[in-house]
Amino acid sequence: MDGHTDPLKRTPLFPLYERYGARIVDFAGWAMPVQFSGIVEEHHAVRQRAGLFDVSHMGEIEVRGPGALAALQYAVTNDIARLSPGRVAYTLMCREHGGIVDDLLVYCLAEDHYLLIPNAANIDKDFEFIRSHAASAGARAGGAEAVDVSDQYAVLALQGPRAAAVLAKVLEGEAADPQHPSSPLGLRPFRFVTGVPLAGRRARIISRTGYTGEDGFEIYLDPGDAPPLWEALMEAGTPEGLVPAGLGARDTLRFEACLPLYGNELTEETNPFEAGLDRFVKLDKGPFSGSEALQRVAAAGPARRLVGLEMLDRAIPRPGYTVTDGQGNAIGHVTSGTHAPTLGRSLALAYVPAAAAAEGTRLAVVVRGAERAARVVPTPFYRRT
Amino acid sequence: MVSQDRYPEGLRYTREHEWIRVEGEEGVIGVTWFAQDQLGDVVFCEVPAVGSRLTKDEPFGVVESVKTVSDLYAPVSGQVVAVNEELESRPELVNEDPYGRGWIVRVRIENPAELDDLMDAEAYRAMVEGSD
Repeated sequence: MDGHTDPLKRTPLFPLYERYGARIVDFAGWAMPVQFSGIVEEHHAVRQRAGLFDVSHMGEIEVRGPGALAALQYAVTNDIARLSPGRVAYTLMCREHGGIVDDLLVYCLAEDHYLLIPNAANIDKDFEFIRSHAASAGARAGGAEAVDVSDQYAVLALQGPRAAAVLAKVLEGEAADPQHPSSPLGLRPFRFVTGVPLAGRRARIISRTGYTGEDGFEIYLDPGDAPPLWEALMEAGTPEGLVPAGLGARDTLRFEACLPLYGNELTEETNPFEAGLDRFVKLDKGPFSGSEALQRVAAAGPARRLVGLEMLDRAIPRPGYTVTDGQGNAIGHVTSGTHAPTLGRSLALAYVPAAAAAEGTRLAVVVRGAERAARVVPTPFYRRT
Repeated sequence: MVSQDRYPEGLRYTREHEWIRVEGEEGVIGVTWFAQDQLGDVVFCEVPAVGSRLTKDEPFGVVESVKTVSDLYAPVSGQVVAVNEELESRPELVNEDPYGRGWIVRVRIENPAELDDLMDAEAYRAMVEGSD
């Protein structure tokens, strides 16, 4: 090994990985399964049946107190005042210059109590950002505190068209009745329920959310409950075609659905408008971090845009590859790209000048020194029917 | 696959996880069981044209999986006399049969002495199993 290496962090599910055939990689300092049976097989399983992911590396930050809403309204771009208990919002968090600090989910537990889900690599950064940027807004509104509670949660993502059928098998009591308001089975997208009894345990939160482009649930648990619930879900789900799935399939699934990945599509050097995330930026809600800069971007229109590219030549575009106008002039770069398993095509997400972003525009991607023809295609590449 | 079948006897192996099977004056080249296992599902192979020349230890093509791109390094120098065209439509053969239908190119070996510094199956197995 070279350089300094801190020991990798492990989720509560780490002891189970080997038995399920996981291949482990370092992801943002965590020892995570990149695959179990294989990325493509897991990808197809989630599109056609169901997959179970350990996403316990994701962070959890609580913001609570009378000023919690005011603090969040200043910290993030979406309008958190529109949330009521039981609802989840996707949002960006931006620097003053409009660059993206992170993308995250905000769960409204109560009017004065929220749970934020930052990316694993950004937990400390987000926590400091909220403390430094939202503190005064929160204090003026009666006080708010932010607490990093990432150690208190393990999270499973159960995703795919059979996810609800698998979950139904382990739910207990009224939670098993889809008609009952406490049941996760009746949830619409971006809604959640709490204190859900299942498999002899109690999930802290179950939301109808995910990162695959399929129906599914994210299950927030006490860390000690995660291994037995994983086993219970696998046992109940195997007849439904459920497979354990790793971060590799999570990436190809989210890529086909064109769900952005922080570090690829989203960075501190990109703003939400060029990423096409306009609908998560509520410029009319009042001042927030980045709002002035983002007003200017919205008024002028972003100079570059995130577009979908389909390769016309046989080549696979990869993150970081240069995009050209096809005449040798570099105009942008690929943020994500692969051979998409469901679609069977080589596709990319790439930033290009707004003038080159129209559907059908012929561009090229430089692959190992050679320009390979591509064209701008509509996104998302995949939408479930 | 049991361990000894993963690295067949009679082939020569590179540190970069290619194999070569000598057949008279020619050599058939592919990637090892270890290489395809590390790559995962192979979705694309880029190989040189027939008639082009490989230079020992230089990259001559790539194998791409969903997740990664891996360069292919020439075990020996020589002119390409055939490429496995089946890989264009069925790149997964590299995973399914790395020493058989997943072969990549066939070359005319220029200098048989270049084979001498390649590993035999036992040495290669020791290298990859030591790295686990």
